[in-house]
Amino acid sequence: MVSLEPRGTRSTLYSYLSPVIAIVLTLAAGIVIFSAMGKPPMQALYVFFVQPLTTAYGATELVVKATPLVLIAVGLSLGFRSNVWNIGAEGQFTVGAIFGGGLAIYFHDSESILLLPGTLVAGIVGGMAWAAIPAWLRTRFNANEILTSLMLTYVAILALSYLVHGPWRDPDGFNFPESRVFPDAGIMPVLFEDSRLHLGAVFALAIVLVGWTLLSRAVIGFQLRVVGAAPAAARYGGFREKRLIWFSLLLSGGLAGLAGISEVAGPIGQLLPTISPGYGFTAIIVAFLGRLHPVGVLFAGLIMALSYIGGETAQIELGLPAAVTGLFQGVLLFFLLGADVLINYRIRFGRARVPQGGAR
Amino acid sequence: MSDISWLVPVILTVITASTPLLLAATGELVVEKSGVLNLGVEGMMVVGAVAAFATASSTGSAVLAILAGLAAGAAVASVFGFLTLGLVANQVATGLALTIFGIGFSALIGAGYVGYALEPLPKLDIPVLNDLPFVGPILFGHDALVYFSFAALVGVSWFLYRSRAGLVLRAVGESHDSAHSIGYPVLRIRFLAILFGGAMSGLGGAYLSLSYTPMWAENMTAGRGWIALALVVFSTWRPGRLLLGAYMFGAITILQLHAQSAGIGVPSQVMSMLPYLATIAVLVAISRDATKIRLNAPGCLGKVFHPAR
Repeated sequence: MVSLEPRGTRSTLYSYLSPVIAIVLTLAAGIVIFSAMGKPPMQALYVFFVQPLTTAYGATELVVKATPLVLIAVGLSLGFRSNVWNIGAEGQFTVGAIFGGGLAIYFHDSESILLLPGTLVAGIVGGMAWAAIPAWLRTRFNANEILTSLMLTYVAILALSYLVHGPWRDPDGFNFPESRVFPDAGIMPVLFEDSRLHLGAVFALAIVLVGWTLLSRAVIGFQLRVVGAAPAAARYGGFREKRLIWFSLLLSGGLAGLAGISEVAGPIGQLLPTISPGYGFTAIIVAFLGRLHPVGVLFAGLIMALSYIGGETAQIELGLPAAVTGLFQGVLLFFLLGADVLINYRIRFGRARVPQGGAR
Repeated sequence: MSDISWLVPVILTVITASTPLLLAATGELVVEKSGVLNLGVEGMMVVGAVAAFATASSTGSAVLAILAGLAAGAAVASVFGFLTLGLVANQVATGLALTIFGIGFSALIGAGYVGYALEPLPKLDIPVLNDLPFVGPILFGHDALVYFSFAALVGVSWFLYRSRAGLVLRAVGESHDSAHSIGYPVLRIRFLAILFGGAMSGLGGAYLSLSYTPMWAENMTAGRGWIALALVVFSTWRPGRLLLGAYMFGAITILQLHAQSAGIGVPSQVMSMLPYLATIAVLVAISRDATKIRLNAPGCLGKVFHPAR
């Protein structure tokens, strides 16, 4: 008989160890999955998780993919701490790209050095505006932000599709559903030649530091932590719940918007019907894997970015379908949530000990 | 009679659009009544859809395909049950994981089936009754899953409010500590509810890939699992209103399809936004009365239960 015994206090050790356990178990599951698909498992794991890192280009691509994940997940992890479940980051990412991209398209013959900063600000504003809707509906009408933010994601993606098929379609684009290519003044500068590594990576690093400071030094960060850990204490302490909801959603929405505009003004360079392989959803996993802490999110973002690049490599080298990436991501989150039991509970083998106080 | 005959095809399509929502929402209603919030409906539906389609196209048997949808939904739900009940994982996070996993897993399984079409499920064909004007096709011309969706809703209402087991399930959802202290097996009851919810979601998915659009496309549920979740809130956890909600959404879906084909001057993408915007609207309408939600929502919805505590 196996039973769980509460530890009484959270185990810091297992809070750090749990992601490692989850990653090891996911690799083990990978062996099973690849074998089941008739691929040599060790070679497949190598192609998936090691080969992309063996070239300089692969390493920079890792950072390119990690950039949006980290930007979004830092915002989400602060909200998740206070039980504000913004799962519509994909939509806020999209609206950020629409707002910022709209500006870049409107000023398509501009050479002003103000265009890029303006575009980025517009992207942030777009993401915040989209996240403000669930914040308002939650604080004013008590509507569940999980469902509203997710529904708005579908709306945002349809809006982008409408724009690139209709009014914003490139007039010289042979009727392809694509916008104009952004002018050079609206494109993120590349950090290294011959790579796609762009300024956004610097933003992501800066956001990690800001988020860390916010969480450990600022009053609002303290409030977010208390609301999540001890809601009753937070109410007693007079924290204004509505303010925290607004803060969490605007922050995560703004960062998702920044990620969105950084992506279209960075590696993509124009608006397309599809601008994200699901970064907004993967960032949810990144936030949990990073222990809802900005520094942890940085590492988790790199790991999840590897699953995207590995998926692409495996598609080319082994003919695996692209969906393997999503499968791996889901499996990893399952293992992580399962391993997290060790943070609050001890596993006991043998008969369960009757706790004192005489429960049956 | 002839002046309303145009209504017949409209009503028929509304029924087909509503059925998957009704199936999945009925399952989730039972899960939430037991005090568990499973946000993975979308994931369970999409896995049910691919399992049913793969089975139908390899065996040619509609019965086996439906069973495969049921079983696949229940199987992925059991992972959710193990994590949230056995390992006391956070239900919101685990539900999201289930959706992410389900979309990836189904895309992998379904990669070889994209682009094939199936014969839709056979329709009930009763010689005389089917030929009745108006009521004939509307009452009698459907496939088995449509009738089952109604039967399941009636069965679930009876179970929840008229049977002893249903009373116990609701007690577990209202207060797991009280139910535990009088000796009811809280975790076992919740696990069974989760399996039922998974099977019904899987069936909703199976209906999509076998009947609504008899084909497989990646992510073909397109948010219907989330709409089903919203419907449960909209219904304030009552079966009768669940039916109303599901048919209202079916009608909105069909309205926008008809408006698109009629070529009114609104872009198709804007029309496609309608079901999602409507979901937000009904959520707001129902949630603004916080007391109503508090009185009707199961008391322990989403809360972790660990018996040793």
